[in-house]
Amino acid sequence: MQETTANQVAASATSSFTEHLQRERPGLLPFGLRSAEHLPAAALTANAAVPLQVPHGTTIVALSYAGGVLMAGDRRATMGNVIASRHIEKVFPADQYSVLGIAGTAGIALDITRLFQVELEHYEKIEGTLLSLEGKANRLGAMIRGNLPMAMQGLAVVPLFAGFDRPAGVGRLFSYDVTGGRYEEQEHHTVGSGSVFARGALKKLWRPNLTEEEAVAVAVEALYDAADDDSATGGPDPIRRLWPVVYTVSRSGAFRVPDRELAAVAGRIIESRAIAQREA
Amino acid sequence: MTQQFYVSPEQLMKDRADFARKGIARGRSVVVISCRDGIALVAENPSPSLHKIGEIYDKIAFAAVGKYNEFESLRQAGVRYADVRGYSYDREDVTARGLASVYAQSLGAVFTAEQKPFEVELAVAEVGASPEEDHLYRLTFDGSIADEKGFIVMGGQADKVSESVGAGWRGELDFAAAIRLAQAGLVADKETTTLPASAVEVAVLDRGSESSRGTRRAFRRLEDADIVALLAEED
Repeated sequence: MQETTANQVAASATSSFTEHLQRERPGLLPFGLRSAEHLPAAALTANAAVPLQVPHGTTIVALSYAGGVLMAGDRRATMGNVIASRHIEKVFPADQYSVLGIAGTAGIALDITRLFQVELEHYEKIEGTLLSLEGKANRLGAMIRGNLPMAMQGLAVVPLFAGFDRPAGVGRLFSYDVTGGRYEEQEHHTVGSGSVFARGALKKLWRPNLTEEEAVAVAVEALYDAADDDSATGGPDPIRRLWPVVYTVSRSGAFRVPDRELAAVAGRIIESRAIAQREA
Repeated sequence: MTQQFYVSPEQLMKDRADFARKGIARGRSVVVISCRDGIALVAENPSPSLHKIGEIYDKIAFAAVGKYNEFESLRQAGVRYADVRGYSYDREDVTARGLASVYAQSLGAVFTAEQKPFEVELAVAEVGASPEEDHLYRLTFDGSIADEKGFIVMGGQADKVSESVGAGWRGELDFAAAIRLAQAGLVADKETTTLPASAVEVAVLDRGSESSRGTRRAFRRLEDADIVALLAEED
């Protein structure tokens, strides 16, 4: 049957920025079916014994508190045994009511973050309404799934997504695997190389109905413990005045915790550990 | 075989232009005003969901009159253009001038090449750091583009509305005064003296959205309650 004009119009109507790019400008996507071909032959034949030397982002923690969720990330990116960056930021606002943190290959992760931010804003402008939290979480999963060919070659990206579900009135947390599998997490979750140590800390520090201030302190302390045992995670740096990046998400929206507050929180943790005079 | 009548190119273009003009004049007016607080966009529109005013990008808004399906497809194309440009270059590289010129080219192409011209008139507004840096572009159905100062009135009885708005416009108006002025203009061609808040669609581009609301997205749609409150401020 001949394709009618109405069918064509309906088929090309999309509110998704990623779909639009796939059709019109596939070269702009950070991933895609053809991206494996674009990699040099050396990278394709490389095996796990010789990983590609690119910066990797490390630990992200997220936890719920009374009235919302919070996400925090350290400031280090590593390339093998070298510190690639001390200043990198790995937690970003996705839109007004959600944030995402990324671990894994930094270059691809930053591009996926940017694409995801535009994706949400694009939908909002085209449709005139915000995407539901589940919808946002599914879109992010699809993007991670799109990166699977790259992940198979060692360039994996693993995000953590947190947002405030306005109809339900609760903060929610989602984790992902490299195939784009989406899992809703309860209470708290961590990703990245230092995540095991951070999760251990959170199990002891987290409790229901934390206040926002307490939650910030718990997240910073969990990152401190991760940095203590994982060489790829950076701790608070009082010399360069570098503190973790922390975002809170509640009914009033996503806000970055100011450095001034984080300096005080990190200072208290370092002080209490010094006073205790114990092997951590 | 039937012989086609010869129609001179002048006549052909004139017929198309008259057709488009008639379609645009049938609708209701839209007013865009640049003022001290930013840019106010006011449209007479009884529908709360079929918008005539829309957000394109951080500092850029869109307003249109004419056929809904035609300007809605142009609005969506504008959002796509701006988002692709901002994603591939940088957010600050998206400008109203670039967008207006793309609109002018598409409208011009449709006017000459398609079966019928678009029966729409568009305004593209960009808010700057000061009123002198605001940009207002008017685009008509044939692809003509005009850089306007102060305010734009389009659609319906645009002459009457424009006269009324022009008489009261000053650069130092705040949003409340600018929206009141636009409202007064919109009833200039009618029997009544006021429009209910539900019959108008109002949005603004805030001049200092970074400092006042902590976001670079300057576009803000006003709810009916906001409009009533804003208009009641002075009385």
